Amino acid sequence: MTDPSSQAVVLFASISHALRAEKIIKAQNISCKLIPVPRHLSSDCGVCLRFNLSDRNLLENILQGKLDFFEIMSL
Amino acid sequence: MKTIYLDNAATSFPKPDAMLAAMISYQQTIGANPGRSGHGLCIDAGRIVYETREILARLFNIDDPLCLALTKNSTEALNIALQGTLKPGDHIITSAMEHNSVMRPLRFLESQGVKVSVIPCSPRGELDPDDISKAVRNDTRMVVLTHASNVTGTIFPIEAVGLRLKEQGDIIFCVDAAQTAGALPVDVQRMKIDILAFTGHKSLYGPQGTGGLYIRKGLEKKIPPLMMGGTGSRSEFEKQPDFMPDKYESGTPNTIGIAGLGAGANFISGKTIAVIRAKEEQLTARFLDHMIALRDRVVVYGLNNAAIQTAVVSFNVRNITPSDAALYFEEKWGILCRPGLHCAPSAHRTIGTFPQGTVRFSFGFLNTSEDADYAAEAIIGLINR
Repeated sequence: MTDPSSQAVVLFASISHALRAEKIIKAQNISCKLIPVPRHLSSDCGVCLRFNLSDRNLLENILQGKLDFFEIMSL
Repeated sequence: MKTIYLDNAATSFPKPDAMLAAMISYQQTIGANPGRSGHGLCIDAGRIVYETREILARLFNIDDPLCLALTKNSTEALNIALQGTLKPGDHIITSAMEHNSVMRPLRFLESQGVKVSVIPCSPRGELDPDDISKAVRNDTRMVVLTHASNVTGTIFPIEAVGLRLKEQGDIIFCVDAAQTAGALPVDVQRMKIDILAFTGHKSLYGPQGTGGLYIRKGLEKKIPPLMMGGTGSRSEFEKQPDFMPDKYESGTPNTIGIAGLGAGANFISGKTIAVIRAKEEQLTARFLDHMIALRDRVVVYGLNNAAIQTAVVSFNVRNITPSDAALYFEEKWGILCRPGLHCAPSAHRTIGTFPQGTVRFSFGFLNTSEDADYAAEAIIGLINR
């Protein structure tokens, strides 16, 4: 199993935003996965996008300007 | 007797096989609630909804698919736009050719203090963009127009109006594309459309109960939703989300319908609008050509020119009421059409057919040239009855 400390998640306003982000990110060949939002991060009932921390800057640049709201949090 | 379906302007039929296949596939293999949990089937359901949004956004040249909320039809989308935007004291401009999906909300809003100007159209159903420009006042908040009449098929000069309005100030341009989405090019950027309402069950070849509402980015902040409730987002707050598309998508959506709508819209994109338009224009032209020889007995309303109308033809056979004609067409020829006022009394007043209405034959991409010939034969049969 991957060490959780090497991963982070992006939180979005809604699943529609998360799905859009997933598509944009996967199109750039960056590995990511939609997972339920961990309870300790938010009480929201939706999904978030888990990715490798090493891709953080790349991912932020890709999403900037394409999605109004997203927040990156460590796991 | 065969059945020839010529009521595509109400609901297109038959549908492409892919529409039903997508609906069955969703229900058999996914079935879950989109965006209400984080499990795999929920995400798969969410993907179907999102993919449909993307296909539609591409079709209408909308940059961000999230600016598109899915509704149950064009009527719901128009009600959100009109009732959400207009406040007592605001002025709105519309045309005399509108469907009741626009007229009824506007007449209600008028009773609440909204000022409504209905711009007259020519007896052939044409709108002069100058007349819209001239009607603009300081308090004009919105212009709402149909892209094409559901009675005569007359195509409105949407781009010309859109360009002028942008020069005239901060006026919201709302377009009802119920009759044209999937049948004609609809480009929100080129046509300067701020709000687009469309339905899925006509020329997008989706099932009934699907449609959508595009709102230009940022404008949604000024348009409260008609319905509020669960969205699967921001669940910790009891306040309705104020962002697209969740703001207008409360409650579990019609995912199975949206799956079908996505497949229908994909069918359109695959064929291309140009090919669909060429076929519908050819069918309409063929039918209208047959009508020339019958002009002593048949009055065709509207432009009578397939190049500048949709595949909708309204007509009357002299001395025969539309309902009698429609009954004859069904009983003797198996032709299914729509007589009457087509939910557009003002349009019928404009073309001089209120209150008796007209017979409307509306062709679709899946009709054939033989259908157009057969429809003309049936009219000759009625005349010689």
